[in-house]
Amino acid sequence: MNKTTNQKAWFLVLPVLLLVAFSAVIPLMTVVNYSVQDTFGQNEFFWAGLEWFEEMLRSERMWDALGRQLLFSGIILLIEIPLGVFVALNMPKSGFWSSFCLVVMSLPLLIPWNVVGTIWQIFGRVDIGLLGYTLDALGISYNYTQDVFAAWATIIVMDVWHWTSLVALLAFAGLKSIPDAYYQAAKIDQASRWAVFRYIELPKMMGVLMIAILLRFMDSFMIYTEPFVVTGGGPGNATTLLSIDLVKMALGQFDLGPAAAFSLMYNLVILTMAYVFYTVMTTLEKREG
Amino acid sequence: MAKITLDNLAHSYLAKPASEDDFALKQLDHVWADGEAYALLGSSGCGKSTLLNIISGLLHPSQGRILFDDKDVTAATTADRNIAQVFQFPVVYDTMTVRDNLAFPLRNRGESAAYVAERVQAIARMIGMEDQLSKRARGLTADAKQKISLGRGMVREDVNALLFDEPLTVIDPHMKWELRTQLKSLHHEFGHTMIYVTHDQTEALTFADKVVVMYDGRVVQIGTPEDLFETPAHTFVGYFIGSPGMNVIPAEVQGTRAVVQGHDVSLTRGFGTPSGKVEIGVRPEFVTLTAGAGLPVTIRRVEDVGRHKIVRASLFGADLNIVVGEGVEIGADMTNVTFAPAKVGVYVDDWRQTGEAA
Repeated sequence: MNKTTNQKAWFLVLPVLLLVAFSAVIPLMTVVNYSVQDTFGQNEFFWAGLEWFEEMLRSERMWDALGRQLLFSGIILLIEIPLGVFVALNMPKSGFWSSFCLVVMSLPLLIPWNVVGTIWQIFGRVDIGLLGYTLDALGISYNYTQDVFAAWATIIVMDVWHWTSLVALLAFAGLKSIPDAYYQAAKIDQASRWAVFRYIELPKMMGVLMIAILLRFMDSFMIYTEPFVVTGGGPGNATTLLSIDLVKMALGQFDLGPAAAFSLMYNLVILTMAYVFYTVMTTLEKREG
Repeated sequence: MAKITLDNLAHSYLAKPASEDDFALKQLDHVWADGEAYALLGSSGCGKSTLLNIISGLLHPSQGRILFDDKDVTAATTADRNIAQVFQFPVVYDTMTVRDNLAFPLRNRGESAAYVAERVQAIARMIGMEDQLSKRARGLTADAKQKISLGRGMVREDVNALLFDEPLTVIDPHMKWELRTQLKSLHHEFGHTMIYVTHDQTEALTFADKVVVMYDGRVVQIGTPEDLFETPAHTFVGYFIGSPGMNVIPAEVQGTRAVVQGHDVSLTRGFGTPSGKVEIGVRPEFVTLTAGAGLPVTIRRVEDVGRHKIVRASLFGADLNIVVGEGVEIGADMTNVTFAPAKVGVYVDDWRQTGEAA
């Protein structure tokens, strides 16, 4: 076969190259650029080497934020995954009510992040919010602007409210793919409800659940808008998660160098975590299989 | 093991069935004798799986009762009926090993570990999977999985009946033969009542003592393979059993004589003068090509299938199949056919007429 040589074909990839360059490569390189330089304004930059990285690694502030972030992601995964599966298991499998449930469950997913934040910010207010006012009237001390526990409870409940639906919808899709014959065979084998869940439903849901866990982990690890709108990272620094801290540093204090070093490490952490998650879960699945 | 009685049974998937057409399973009374092997034969959508699911209790019938040994079990759950059922597509518990899969029904019923181990071993030997007992079920091939499903169905010794819903669809042809033979020997050994649903006539005829043929939600004939071949009670049975199926020819019948487009066909019994849709049915095996006598046909094609030849012909524009012995020469003068009079059946509105001795 004769291959014709035509170097002009390179032009065909040019649009993609440009798009990727402007949407990803150049912004990222700007961050890399900031991370190794220092500036005192006036667009004058001085070479700083790895100083910012070293400083960030020594910074208690970043480690605290990372700790809070891990705690937050851990808690919401522990709640949302089982709760989502539980909801999916109890949803009607077909008919009008099934569609109804699906629509109602999708509603929180359609609300923009900062609106969700605003909803809960107002909902929790002690003076005018339904939740805050009611709790207060019942004599339960609740004030997310002053009490660390209340602030954490609020952002966790908010995240559960916003995202459990996603887990439930994915789990429901997994459940729907199970042929009736499995349930019939289980009945004939006299399997208990638990055995049906453990040996039929859970294995068939594993694939989508892994996606759900991965998605929820990454999204929660990068969460910014909702907690920022509700608590602004407070009281004190109690709910200052990684993104919130990063924005404070970059835009609030205009410490571009440290913030850039911070975001690069943040990025690496997320990549590493996602990779570890993925590897662990796929090997788990292989061992199951 | 039990005798299973279907009393006035019918089922519709609609909440309020208005006419008979709404019923997936039309009204039916039947007794499945204890310890017999039945095949439930019919084309897709004829209601055979519906009937099976009603017997196993997965489906609640719209009307009628089911009795196991004269005990009404219509309202009983599948577990209470103590039935084993094997489905068309393999159902295995993916995360369990083959051993755990086979042991599952026994463990759920609280059998002792020693008994479970012994039964699992015996069943594994039967399905030829002794060396794969510790493997996970997930990675196995479809036919290995189906063998596990079969094994799980047979692992309990005390079941009232064993139901099979086209279990060999996904299995390799040579394995099909082997498993069917094993099922049959299992039946001889333990005498379970077995009901085997299939749309494959060979499978039905080789497996069962009695074949139940269903058509359009109705049982049209119950009989031995020989009955179905010799005296099909319904034109569907004639057409469905046999390869090729029975020839059905519109005719007028007067007493012991049928008239096809002005040509006489003699019958051995008297049928009076039936009205409605009158047809005569004759199997291709009992049609003879002749060089003069009988009805005129046009031969369109001859298929040599080895043991015999199948002649595809047309008779007054309708298809007619003829089975001709391997040694017979089919010459250009073979333009007519005769029917063996004793083998010609008369069908009125698709149902076979018994007639009177002439």
